[in-house]
Amino acid sequence: MAPSLFHVLIRTIRTARTQAEEREMIQKECAAIRSSFREEDNTYRCRNVAKLLYMHMLGYPAHFGQLECLKLIASQKFTDKRIGYLGAMLLLDERQDVHLLMTNCIKNDLNHSTQYVQGLALCTLGCMGSSEMCRDLAGEVEKLLKTSNSYLRKKAALCAVHVIRKVPELMEMFLPATKNLLNEKNHGVLHTSVVLLTEMCERSPDMLAHFRKLVPQLVRILKNLIMSGYSPEHDVSGISDPFLQVRILRLLRILGRNDDDSSEAMNDILAQVATNTETSKNVGNAILYETVLTIMDIKSESGLRVLAINILGRFLLNNDKNIRYVALTSLLKTVQTDHNAVQRHRSTIVDCLKDLDVSIKRRAMELSFALVNGNNVRGMMKELLYFLDSCEPEFKADCASGIFLAAEKYAPSKRWHIDTIMRVLTTAGSYVRDDAVPNLIQLITNSVEMHAYTVQRLYKAILGDYSQQPLVQVASWCIGEYGDLLVSGQCEEEEPIQVTEDEVLDILESILISNMSASVTRGYALTAIMKLSTRFTCTVNRIKKVVSIYGSSIDVELQQRAVEYNALFKKYDHMRPALLERMPVMEKKQNDFIVKCNKDTGAGGSMLNLQKSLCLDVMEMTSVMLRMVSRFCKSPDHYFFSAGIPSITAYNKNGLKIDFTFERSNTNPSVTVITIQASNSTELDMTDFVFQAAVPKTFQLQLLSPSSSVIPAFNSGTITQVIKVLNPQKQQLRMRIKLTYNHKGSAMQDLAEVNNFPPQSWQ
Amino acid sequence: TVRVSWPCGGCSGRLRQQTWKIHFILLFSRQGKLRLQKWYTTLPDKEKKKIVREIVQIILARHQKTSSFVDWKDLKLVYKRYASLYFCCAIEDQDNELLTLEVVHRYVELLDRYFGNVCELDIIFNFEKAYFILDEFIIGGEVQDTSKRSAVKAIEDSDMLQEVRLRKTKGKHLIFLHLPCLTGA
Repeated sequence: MAPSLFHVLIRTIRTARTQAEEREMIQKECAAIRSSFREEDNTYRCRNVAKLLYMHMLGYPAHFGQLECLKLIASQKFTDKRIGYLGAMLLLDERQDVHLLMTNCIKNDLNHSTQYVQGLALCTLGCMGSSEMCRDLAGEVEKLLKTSNSYLRKKAALCAVHVIRKVPELMEMFLPATKNLLNEKNHGVLHTSVVLLTEMCERSPDMLAHFRKLVPQLVRILKNLIMSGYSPEHDVSGISDPFLQVRILRLLRILGRNDDDSSEAMNDILAQVATNTETSKNVGNAILYETVLTIMDIKSESGLRVLAINILGRFLLNNDKNIRYVALTSLLKTVQTDHNAVQRHRSTIVDCLKDLDVSIKRRAMELSFALVNGNNVRGMMKELLYFLDSCEPEFKADCASGIFLAAEKYAPSKRWHIDTIMRVLTTAGSYVRDDAVPNLIQLITNSVEMHAYTVQRLYKAILGDYSQQPLVQVASWCIGEYGDLLVSGQCEEEEPIQVTEDEVLDILESILISNMSASVTRGYALTAIMKLSTRFTCTVNRIKKVVSIYGSSIDVELQQRAVEYNALFKKYDHMRPALLERMPVMEKKQNDFIVKCNKDTGAGGSMLNLQKSLCLDVMEMTSVMLRMVSRFCKSPDHYFFSAGIPSITAYNKNGLKIDFTFERSNTNPSVTVITIQASNSTELDMTDFVFQAAVPKTFQLQLLSPSSSVIPAFNSGTITQVIKVLNPQKQQLRMRIKLTYNHKGSAMQDLAEVNNFPPQSWQ
Repeated sequence: TVRVSWPCGGCSGRLRQQTWKIHFILLFSRQGKLRLQKWYTTLPDKEKKKIVREIVQIILARHQKTSSFVDWKDLKLVYKRYASLYFCCAIEDQDNELLTLEVVHRYVELLDRYFGNVCELDIIFNFEKAYFILDEFIIGGEVQDTSKRSAVKAIEDSDMLQEVRLRKTKGKHLIFLHLPCLTGA
């Protein structure tokens, strides 16, 4: 009996009312198909595989059809081949064992007499051919790249692109065939040729140099497209072949980058496209967008750059959300290099903070932080604080960090600074990053004249609600430090409040007891209580009592502290005042981080990058003190430990060796510090050495200045450079590095992946 | 994939070689039923299913007034709804999103030209044709032809080559009918 017709099956399956019913139908049909396959029935194979593919789309397994696809491809019938190749593309990717069995069929079909069969083969190879298959068939593709049949030529070009992506070493063999590609009139061939050239130029600096000479021709083609009359076949809303225009613009970008002559040669056409393209529809804006990207990337003259930024500015005012989105993304890329030009659009950007679209909001936020400077800080902070108040939770941590950074850099007054910090802590107190707490403490310590005001405000903030941990930690610490100012009502900046020592101890004890308090927070509270023993006069006994109670706390940290503080009361009482004395103003170590952040990390996220992780763990310091019984007067530097983390050789090629050594911060477990050492075992120096690194999206990277740019020969010296990696999600560390240097008279460049990071460096 | 911004003047900055290809294309209904999936990268079947589920959920949850772009992992999703079908393209983060909208639109136009007033049912009952048309438009995640006519013409010519004759029933739905093969084989 003939198997059911293809469309009948679809119709039947669609009548199923439940998932179970559908599954039953499918199982029945699959069984029928399987037995039909077993009977090796050529007639119905095509129909059955088609049905199988439909069921595969519904989510059911179809692997038993793999071999059938191969048989269909090998068949002489075009109908069979069509479905066979479709099945292959859906079921036979390179991970399947039988994938390679296709190779011979594809090879034959690449030489078939019917162009549509050749087309099927080219398409399949170009979509999913494995590296081996590409190696085997590259020669055939290269042949077809030279055919005069434009239908095949365009497909061969994209097939070549795929081959190059899979097997980059084969790129050279396609070079001769590229000779006349741009002379074609056929838009399909032109388009795919440009794609092929783009791929080659991106992968090889030699190819890039070789193809620079095409710039005039590309400019001409683009000009013709713009000036030519209406062509119905390629027209989109009055614009001639926007796809080709964009790809040419992109290729021009690659060719013009870092090259003055090429950039000069394309200057006029870019200006022309930028000014003449119709902007009423999306398609025109797509071209303008690409033009802007190209202008910003090549060595364009300043007039052109201003033109580009203005286009983006207009985009920002467009009603279409997509256009605004794109504008913000681009402005983010250029804000470092064209800062002043972007500043002009600041108010529009700030308006975008109120947009409904989450992606637009995020970009507007990052851009806003990048635009904050000494002149606009008050106004900008107002907007950003409002944003912090109302934005989605996913933004709050980044926004808070950004505000802290910006405030620190540009605060017009200490009072304003403290107020801003307070505002963030009270608005988004639970989203503030852990490493912000030591930072803030240091800031407060150094704002000597604001101590009374600060402690009063913090006290008031936690009175009603002590659930936001970072806020509570900072507040506890301040109360411990400046509790005497609090009870004596010394505040000048605002109306001093009346509060007794007992009331202060009440709140600190509540924090200690509360279920909401993290262990760290409790530690802060206990230490604060202890410190008040030298600042309060009436409640010392109460403090002694509290401290002794916690000497038997289940929490080991707390217990240790309490025991040590107890010891202070009992055996070392004469030292207590000195040990618990007011903190002196602390020197800022490594505040060059912030400046580096802005310069080294380019677009947008500068304010949100790695913050100072100042070690200010008072509890640790106190116990160190007690053990050594010595007077502490200066905050220790970062605690870093490198013990036990093995170094790795990240790169070792052509005489250049790069080793990584690791350090971890014990106050901020998300930070890993990598020191690279580059050495040169060849007999000639390597000069103009530049090391660049990139990490996956969830990480952040900070590259400090290298020790020099010359690696002397014969391993007689090294270049060292420090990389700081922030890994808040504790993901496996991966890195791509790019090395450029001059050696033996030629420019060298290499890219490599570093995957051998020891687990201790990121876990 | 790894990406960072460089500080060099004007450089938009990529470390790895930039490819701009489309990573995958998904068509699904408003109830989340998959109508077409084209993958231009190799992934295990299980992974593909997971991705489809995730993305369908993300896009169906999108507010009407938001942009057509969603940041997703290392990629960007460009989507647009045409009648009852969502068309979703995953592109590289640095690719031109606005142009991708045009790519999606062009595909819809090609379907429309072939089927005549294309609707979701056409894609369901003739899904293999939807794939054929897509494969004439895009190879390996890159556009192969920018002409409105030639892709459809190629499919129509190929249809004529089929040994199994196709016959239009009422409406637009084509069926396979087994007729004696013209070559007598």
